[in-house]
Amino acid sequence: MLSIRNIVKQYAKHRALDNVSIEIEDGSIFGLLGPNGAGKTSLIRIINQITAPDQGEIFLKGEKLNPKHISMIGYLPEERGLYKKMEIGEQMLYLAQLKGLSKSDATLKIKHWFEKMEIESWWHKKVEDLSKGMQQKVQFIATVVHDPKLIILDEPFSGFDPVNAQLITDEILDLNKKGATIIFSTHRMESVEQLCDSIALIHQSKKILDGKVKDIKNQYRNNTYRISFSGKLERQENDFFTINSEKLDDGITHLTIQIKSGHSVNDLLHYLMPQVQISELMEIIPSMNDIFIQNVKN
Amino acid sequence: MNKTLLIIQREYLSRVKKKAFLIMTFLVPLLIIAMYALIFFLSMRGGDNTPTVEVIDESGIFNKSFENKRSVNFKSSTLSLSEAKKKVINEEEAFILFIPKDIKSGGSIELFAQKNAGLSVISSIENQLNEQMRVKLLQDAGIDSETLDKIKPNLSVVSKELTVEGEKDSSSGAAMAVGFAAAILIYMSLFIYGIQVMRGIIEEKTSRIVEVVISSVKPFQLMMGKIIGIGLVGLTQFLLWIVLSVGLMSIASTILFKDQVEQEKSEIPMADQSAAAATPKGPGTDILKALQTVEWNYILPAFIVFFLGGYMLYSALFAAVGSAVETDTETQQFMLPITLPLLFTYIMSFSFIVNNPDSSLSFWLSIIPFTSPIAMMVRLPFGVPNWELALSIVLLIGGFLFTTWVASRIYRVGILMYGKKVSFKELGKWFMYNE
Repeated sequence: MLSIRNIVKQYAKHRALDNVSIEIEDGSIFGLLGPNGAGKTSLIRIINQITAPDQGEIFLKGEKLNPKHISMIGYLPEERGLYKKMEIGEQMLYLAQLKGLSKSDATLKIKHWFEKMEIESWWHKKVEDLSKGMQQKVQFIATVVHDPKLIILDEPFSGFDPVNAQLITDEILDLNKKGATIIFSTHRMESVEQLCDSIALIHQSKKILDGKVKDIKNQYRNNTYRISFSGKLERQENDFFTINSEKLDDGITHLTIQIKSGHSVNDLLHYLMPQVQISELMEIIPSMNDIFIQNVKN
Repeated sequence: MNKTLLIIQREYLSRVKKKAFLIMTFLVPLLIIAMYALIFFLSMRGGDNTPTVEVIDESGIFNKSFENKRSVNFKSSTLSLSEAKKKVINEEEAFILFIPKDIKSGGSIELFAQKNAGLSVISSIENQLNEQMRVKLLQDAGIDSETLDKIKPNLSVVSKELTVEGEKDSSSGAAMAVGFAAAILIYMSLFIYGIQVMRGIIEEKTSRIVEVVISSVKPFQLMMGKIIGIGLVGLTQFLLWIVLSVGLMSIASTILFKDQVEQEKSEIPMADQSAAAATPKGPGTDILKALQTVEWNYILPAFIVFFLGGYMLYSALFAAVGSAVETDTETQQFMLPITLPLLFTYIMSFSFIVNNPDSSLSFWLSIIPFTSPIAMMVRLPFGVPNWELALSIVLLIGGFLFTTWVASRIYRVGILMYGKKVSFKELGKWFMYNE
């Protein structure tokens, strides 16, 4: 769907993007991750043709990015807003027409979305009369009203209350099911785990990690297990695991154990079973949050 | 529909629909008419309340020969001067005209009243006095005044400007005043509409709508759409002002002058055309008459061209400022370089150019794009060679293309910069950025 190749963007002395290449599959939900100032917004602006890269190319559906693609992309910026004194309906019409819809087509689609979001009565309201959450609903509609094939959402959930966040999440998943490719830019890892198929992590203007969420997580598994048991473990020194932490709670011992390479969890069980009563064993899979922090810190 | 057109449409409609626009549109012509009417009424003081002047004619020359006019009635009186003066002190409305015995040998005629008599009252009295004195003196000299009237020549000098294109009626003071008014109007509207452009951009930037919009259109389209849209608002406003003013003016003048014109017609014998021109009509009619001599079909297009050119040039700069800041208060430091040339020209126009319209400084001021919209409007009524006018317009167009280019380079970067205090140096850097 989207192929980003060797993008470089230079601002005076600051290099915002340094040779970034990312492939985004058709129909996927893609997470563009990175701490503040990493270069996510710069990249998104280039995809939206708001700015141009100094080097590198971007291909959308195999075609080099050009102004025709504007109507195929829906963009919800992180810094978002609406004309305060303009009526909602009129404003939606304006934004939809700017995306290339005809007036009648735009009217139809906006009405459809307003019904879907149950905000038909807002057509003649002014933005300044709406709460922030209400405004965000409107902004979301403005982003997707022209049926974009590629939807780019920059920190979409910031400022949403949980109810609206869920509503928007459902809509995003629905749009994805209908064939839209979605790019999330965020540093909220829980929504990444919940939604994204693949991610790319950008840090200090460089891509430092990318791939499918599953693969990345597997890659970051390091044979760490949490094990709980009752009874006394006699010999703690051995050659195939190390104990990272130990906690005694109400007669039950909780250990975090990392198994050395070449050994399996079965070896651990063989070793423990004669000595203690095992009540729980679980592999600790690193969360995206851990991976994020680990990568950014190094 | 073309996206720039959409933007122009939005910018235009959202402003024209505002109450402030409607109020301004109707208020200004009304104010003009009100001022005009005020001048008229002040000069024609009295109106319904026509003063009655009691005439004490000790000379006996004018006895009972005063005619009642629209602005004043006459009544001969037998009171003595001292009695009459007492009457004036006691009665608010009393007017006493005292004609002394020694009028022929240089005695002065006096008009006593509690308040100042209106201009029209005094001139009406003076006219009648002079006319009758003339008849009297002619009779004394043994000349029949009717014979004299017949042989009285009716000559007047018509001022003509002679140029290569031919001769034309000199547009005199009224045209100059119109040039002034046009210059003031351009000066003010450059600010009013330029600041509207700036505010509009600040609004888009602070409300953060701008990023959504420029993901659909080029920043340049958004900037030009705004500038053109607001420029059209300005033109609409001017057009409505002209139409309303002319409309109201003609209605007002029919009401105000109907009586007077009819009266004058009956008063003035056909043969005495020169006397007709000398008959006082009050400043009201003078203004109307003078305005009719102005070459509107020359001044108006020039006004439109220089307003549009100047507006495009300056609004681009205002746009650049708007893109660089986030609040009105931050605009101060950037406004100075915009305000200075305008203010300088404005002051120069009224202190220097008007007195030396053909000096080289005036020439340069009316040629340089940053000053020409104002300076040229002041120079125009004095006659400006066509090549100068053409050069000025060409340079103005070049000027706004240049400022638009500079501004758009700053604008495209500025609108996406949030939370940053900006200096001139920073603007320079933005200008140098690649796209």
